[in-house]
Amino acid sequence: MVMSILWTGMVAISLIAAAALGNGSALSAAVPKGAQAGITLALSIAGSICLWTGVGKLLEHAGITGKLSKLLRPVLGRIFPSVKTDKKLENYLSANVCANFLGLGNAATPMGIQAAQRLAQGQNGRASDELCKLIVLNTASIQLIPANVAAVRAGLGCASPFDILPAVWITSLCSAGLGVTAAWLLGKVWRK
Amino acid sequence: MTDYIVPVLLLAASLFALRKQENSYDLLLDGAADGLKLLITLVPTLVLLLTAVTMLRASGAMEAISAFLAPAFRFVGIPPETAMLVLIRPISGSAALAVGAELMAEHGVDSLVGRTAAVMLGSTETTFYTISVYFGGAGIKKTRYTLPAALFADFVGFFMASMTVRLLM
Repeated sequence: MVMSILWTGMVAISLIAAAALGNGSALSAAVPKGAQAGITLALSIAGSICLWTGVGKLLEHAGITGKLSKLLRPVLGRIFPSVKTDKKLENYLSANVCANFLGLGNAATPMGIQAAQRLAQGQNGRASDELCKLIVLNTASIQLIPANVAAVRAGLGCASPFDILPAVWITSLCSAGLGVTAAWLLGKVWRK
Repeated sequence: MTDYIVPVLLLAASLFALRKQENSYDLLLDGAADGLKLLITLVPTLVLLLTAVTMLRASGAMEAISAFLAPAFRFVGIPPETAMLVLIRPISGSAALAVGAELMAEHGVDSLVGRTAAVMLGSTETTFYTISVYFGGAGIKKTRYTLPAALFADFVGFFMASMTVRLLM
């Protein structure tokens, strides 16, 4: 439903803007041009998507997630105190964060939801402070290799599509860190 | 330095898999086939969304929205050309990819706007979707302060994307 509204809204805004600004001919030319641009984009990122999904599968089976989660334990313990008494929760949480980190979205979500379900137990449908932090952490995306974006850049002829990596890392660390901090502060004042 | 990250990761993943006696080549093949399936589901979405985004650009709406929001964006130091991306990113991942790709093509993939768009895409998530999936899965009705905190994290992401691109690249 969200997408239907988004699509209709974008088309409606385009039509209104074109009528107001007298860009009718450009607008109608944009329809087939845009549709073809969709195919061109899909084709230009096709190779990278296939390769990175392959690498994702490899990472999943190579036991790297297990190694990473050991490194993560001390940090997780600070953000989510419950992991000290709940071993299963700790496993789900670290698997969720590691899978996100390695760009394995399909593996990350089920683990994250399992963790969320454990955190929601006995709360009568009210999000606990730790659950809020878990979701903020998941909406902030800390990713080692943003493969899709790099693919789009490569498809557009960029000479070094991965040179954005340091900027991406700093940015996502700041947004995750400050997001969790904001959640922690809000948790102190939000009584409802 | 960044030139070696990806090849090293490829080698490391393959070595790790071999050490665990996993058949790394078959795993890669298997995953690549899954990637092809993923791509096929992505193609219709990209066609529709790029049609809409190209229409927004050609109609002058994209520029009008950027111009309208420009004072606010300039005030916080985010390039106003990215306004559409900032608005759509928390709502739909594929629409954001379409808007971002169009921005990179229109302004140049190595331009300030193109790079900022790329960093924004790479370092933020589809916030509303993520929240609904997690709270839906956990059966939560009272979401309390999650949305404001998550949107604040997004804002930090958009801001830091602009800063890091300006200062680092």
